[in-house]
Amino acid sequence: MTSLVENLPDTQSPANDPQKRSALPTLPTIPVGVKERVYRHKLPVRLGHWLNVVCVFILIMSGLQIFNAHPALYWGDRSDRDRPLLSIRPIRVEDGSIRGITTILGHSFDTTGVLGYSSGSGRAFPSWATIPSARWLAMGRQWHFFFAWVFVLNGLIFTVYALISRHLTRDLAPTGKDFGEIGKAVKEHSRLRHPKGDDSRRYNVLQKLAYLGVIFGLAPLIVLTGLTMSPTIDTAFPWLLTMFGGRQAARTIHFIAAFSFVGFIVIHVSQVILTGFLNNLRSMVTGWFVIKQEGIHHEA
Amino acid sequence: MKLENTMKRRQFLKGTLGAASLVALAGCDNLTQSGWFPSILGMAEKVTDRVQRAITPTKALAKEYTEADLSAVFPANGNTDPGTQVYDHMLRNNFSDWELTIDGLVSKPTVFSLAAIKEMPARTQITRHDCVEGWSAIGKWTGVPLGDLMHKVEPLAQAKYAVFHCADVDEVGIPYYESMALHDVFHPQTILAYELNGRPLDVPHGAPLRLRFERQLGYKHAKYVTCVQLVESLTGIGGGKGGYWEDQGYEWYAGI
Repeated sequence: MTSLVENLPDTQSPANDPQKRSALPTLPTIPVGVKERVYRHKLPVRLGHWLNVVCVFILIMSGLQIFNAHPALYWGDRSDRDRPLLSIRPIRVEDGSIRGITTILGHSFDTTGVLGYSSGSGRAFPSWATIPSARWLAMGRQWHFFFAWVFVLNGLIFTVYALISRHLTRDLAPTGKDFGEIGKAVKEHSRLRHPKGDDSRRYNVLQKLAYLGVIFGLAPLIVLTGLTMSPTIDTAFPWLLTMFGGRQAARTIHFIAAFSFVGFIVIHVSQVILTGFLNNLRSMVTGWFVIKQEGIHHEA
Repeated sequence: MKLENTMKRRQFLKGTLGAASLVALAGCDNLTQSGWFPSILGMAEKVTDRVQRAITPTKALAKEYTEADLSAVFPANGNTDPGTQVYDHMLRNNFSDWELTIDGLVSKPTVFSLAAIKEMPARTQITRHDCVEGWSAIGKWTGVPLGDLMHKVEPLAQAKYAVFHCADVDEVGIPYYESMALHDVFHPQTILAYELNGRPLDVPHGAPLRLRFERQLGYKHAKYVTCVQLVESLTGIGGGKGGYWEDQGYEWYAGI
């Protein structure tokens, strides 16, 4: 934030020269090279966001606890144990030691220390990745289902809010212009160049697509595949089984979706850090985001 | 200079995030160990129970599969052999003297012989067994609908639950038991099964009589059933939570 001092308005700039200002009435009221505070995130969005951080953190880690109870994934309705798509198991090797072996589609990897065997115990995901940290399926389920309800209600409330407040149509829905700029945005992002100044007032097209994809794609997918694992829900809505290809397939998709969520979080947090960690964090806590105006924009 | 700052900032961020997640994790473990937090978490079970019951028609059937869908191996979980003297004796006699008692809040408490149960009209269903651990297996079960037995014993109006007492005990001698709401007893797929995949039940799968409760998880499907007791309340039975696993923290409502 100290850099803002260096960017204090130059007293010689036209906008601050009273004589020249009258000659240039169309110049923006914001002087160049100065910071502007904008109210970027409304309270319901901020509350929903942080509640979601808590839920997703707990859901993923309690989910890994549940996965550890049967650390293998399958397709279809049954678990044919000789044909898992993925398995993470402790295996005793020839010299008598135990190794953590992860097998994906028939290819095995030694993942000792992290997956399959860690800190002297045979467990798929290590204790630092599960809630509770000890092996405790019943408690993992308690955490998971409580926060699953919070996650679902939070999502429903957000959706209603986003529709009524027009947050969805105004801020999240990509415009025609946005779609035309996808190529450019991908190029800029891959060079870690992010929109600055006035362009950072609004979400860019990649942000919009990522947020919409997670909120209205990944989150419903993760909830529905979770529900498909419920024998009672399958009785009420048998089409869920058809849609996802069976209960074990739904479990696999649930797992993949959870890791897609982890992938989103990694990218999201990296972007937050790259585009000004404290500024972004402040805007999601207090709502206020600082935009640094750059002179070049206003000289045209 | 600038690079150095970036590196410092990166280390700082890494350190902060790492420390924050460790604190959060330790916090979660502390909450787990506290008395009050798990009881708040436990409220979700009641919400799930109410909501799932509200949206699931009472007589809706669990999906039934075909012979082609059967699991090649149907895993046996939990206690796989009661191993008691009484049970071993019955096993040697091919369970010819096995009896099922239905008592508690019923007008006509009755003892059914295994032979009498097998003479009643049977139901065969190919269903999916979903274990709380996460795996599923498909098996063909044949048995007597529990509702048919209930009509013979006539439950009293105040009966709310059916408790299933079993012949198996765990390694420290605690007997297995389970329970379900009375209306689930009358679900057409709730059966006391004596055959798996066309053969008499073997010991690991609950010989000679085990419960099938198709719309809930595997641990609800009590094996080696000797007695069905109708009660008004689950307190005072076992640990009071309505089942062997329930007494150890698993949900009584095991619909998910």
